[in-house]
Amino acid sequence: MDYIIQTVISALSVGSFYALGALGIGLLFSVLRLINFAHGDFITVGGFALIVPSSAVVATVAIGGLHPAIMVVAIVAIVVALAVISYFLVFQHSQTSSPATMMIVSFALGYTLQNLIVMIYGGRPKAVNIFPSLTGQVQLSDGVSVQILQLVIIAVTWILLIALVLFLKRTRVGVQMRAAAEDFRMARMLGVNGKNVIALAFVLSGGLAGIMSILFVTQTGVLIFRMGVPIMLFFFIATVIGGMGSLVGAVVGGYSVGIVSVVLSAILPEELRGFRDACVFILVIVILLARPQGIVLTKAAKERV
Amino acid sequence: MIEANTPFLRMVRSFWPLVSLSLLLLIIVAAVDLSGDIILAQTLIEGLVRIVIVAALYMFIGNSGIISFGHIGFVMVGAYATAWQTCCPYTREMFMPGLPEYLLNTSHHFIPAILLGGLLAALVALIAGFAIMRMSGIAASIGTFAFMMVLYSAYLRWSTWTSGASSVIGLPTTTTPWVGYVYAVIALAAAYFYSRSKWGLALRSSRDDEVAAKAAGVNVFGQRLLAFVISAFFCGMAGGLFGHFLGMLTVDSFYLGMTFITLSMLVVGGMQSLTGAVVGVIMLSVVIDVLRRLETGVGSFSIPSSSAEVGVGLILLIILIFRRTGLTGNAEIYWPFKADISSSGAMKRQS
Repeated sequence: MDYIIQTVISALSVGSFYALGALGIGLLFSVLRLINFAHGDFITVGGFALIVPSSAVVATVAIGGLHPAIMVVAIVAIVVALAVISYFLVFQHSQTSSPATMMIVSFALGYTLQNLIVMIYGGRPKAVNIFPSLTGQVQLSDGVSVQILQLVIIAVTWILLIALVLFLKRTRVGVQMRAAAEDFRMARMLGVNGKNVIALAFVLSGGLAGIMSILFVTQTGVLIFRMGVPIMLFFFIATVIGGMGSLVGAVVGGYSVGIVSVVLSAILPEELRGFRDACVFILVIVILLARPQGIVLTKAAKERV
Repeated sequence: MIEANTPFLRMVRSFWPLVSLSLLLLIIVAAVDLSGDIILAQTLIEGLVRIVIVAALYMFIGNSGIISFGHIGFVMVGAYATAWQTCCPYTREMFMPGLPEYLLNTSHHFIPAILLGGLLAALVALIAGFAIMRMSGIAASIGTFAFMMVLYSAYLRWSTWTSGASSVIGLPTTTTPWVGYVYAVIALAAAYFYSRSKWGLALRSSRDDEVAAKAAGVNVFGQRLLAFVISAFFCGMAGGLFGHFLGMLTVDSFYLGMTFITLSMLVVGGMQSLTGAVVGVIMLSVVIDVLRRLETGVGSFSIPSSSAEVGVGLILLIILIFRRTGLTGNAEIYWPFKADISSSGAMKRQS
């Protein structure tokens, strides 16, 4: 029983993390038809922004050493700025290309960002320790102890989700964003400023990435220039499974992928565990074939001739 | 000027893009061979292997309009299939103990081995294509990407056949510049003739307007599957060549990095032109080589590490933003002499 509770909490925390990531991708896909493969690298940049730029072996904290509130605001601001700059410098100009071409654009951006990090910080992994108290364990009841960070991730995710829902439902720009996600052309004809909406989507997506980079670095305690790639793949799977362009779908997809992967590694026998990733990707192809609109259906997902 | 009215000239003219590209590569290979520079020869062989891969990518992407992120998986399948037949006869059991009895004890010559490697890749593509080619647009692209991840993670774990995360070492390094040249020309010729065949044209019509092509009786699924299988065959052969160029194989080298570089080459050159495939490979290979040399330093001057990667990324971004049709503008090289009006339509712009 204790083991089950611990597994459930860890599945929920992994799922929350994937849901946040999938949401960051889904926000952009809903208004721009862009699958942003650089999203993971935005998270990486947020992580590296914590330390002093140098190729020294031992990392010296810069922003990471400030007061926690200032640190979070600064990192989020940096990643938001990066996301907005990449919109105005790169994605804005390829807006009219096909989604697959835009996927290459985001690949190119991510690849460039990764290698710029290598250029500035060197290619070696660096240890960095922020919020060391969060990695400790907490006793929930007799025999059930979980990492504090897992609870923090779940809480942060739900606070952000509620804030995002309120923003999209209650504010003027939020409603405009939902309209643009439904039918971008129609929304523009009805007076929604398309550029502002897309820029706002980049701000939100970058903000999520900034918060995720702090959570991620707290958990792993290490900075690697490629650390955004593997997590990005899971966000991507979550987005596809949940249904591209649907924000509810992104959250559902994120939780499903997180829960399934934790449960699979808990129950699969050792020799099959290695093939878990292969199975997950086969599942992606099956879902694309059987239910291309994902688990959650949106009106915008239907292809028009 | 030369008017193409003798039968020979007329033939040269109708195959002009292919002829000129082969001649261009011939000049490059001969020049490097004569110079005797070993490092340059390595870059050249790698470039020729990449031409095979990018020509195969062109066959599928250029004609179907579906961007595939998955073809490097087929390169990997071909590479390992070749290694099972040719690698290190004395230590094969150590690297790949799971191989069946026959493969453990028999070594094939590398030409049939590469051919079989290509066929295995084509077979894998046939099976995967039955599912993936039913999709269109971004869903198909995601499908190919997911399939590449399936192959990658499966080969990474299937260590009794592939050595998994460590490498298979000791393949004979039989891919010389001239061997690479022969395969590159074969791949270019196949790509050229395929895209001008009735199947290629049918596939192109579905690229330009899928609904209209279907209405005109084109079996879009079948044509896509055919292109997918043929291009996977050449990717598989390129994998065999690649293994016999490096002399070793790791699963990790057939992953996002190689996908990115080869796709960049195609996009930079122009996705819908065979000339673009070759131009892209040459251009990016030269840029990477020059920047790598500068990274290690010329005299006291050197640029920061990984400049080559940043350079490739930036070039790709610039091309994607400012010139989406690539350096060649999706055109082929056209006949440089006075047009002969009597024979039908000069192949000025193929796409």
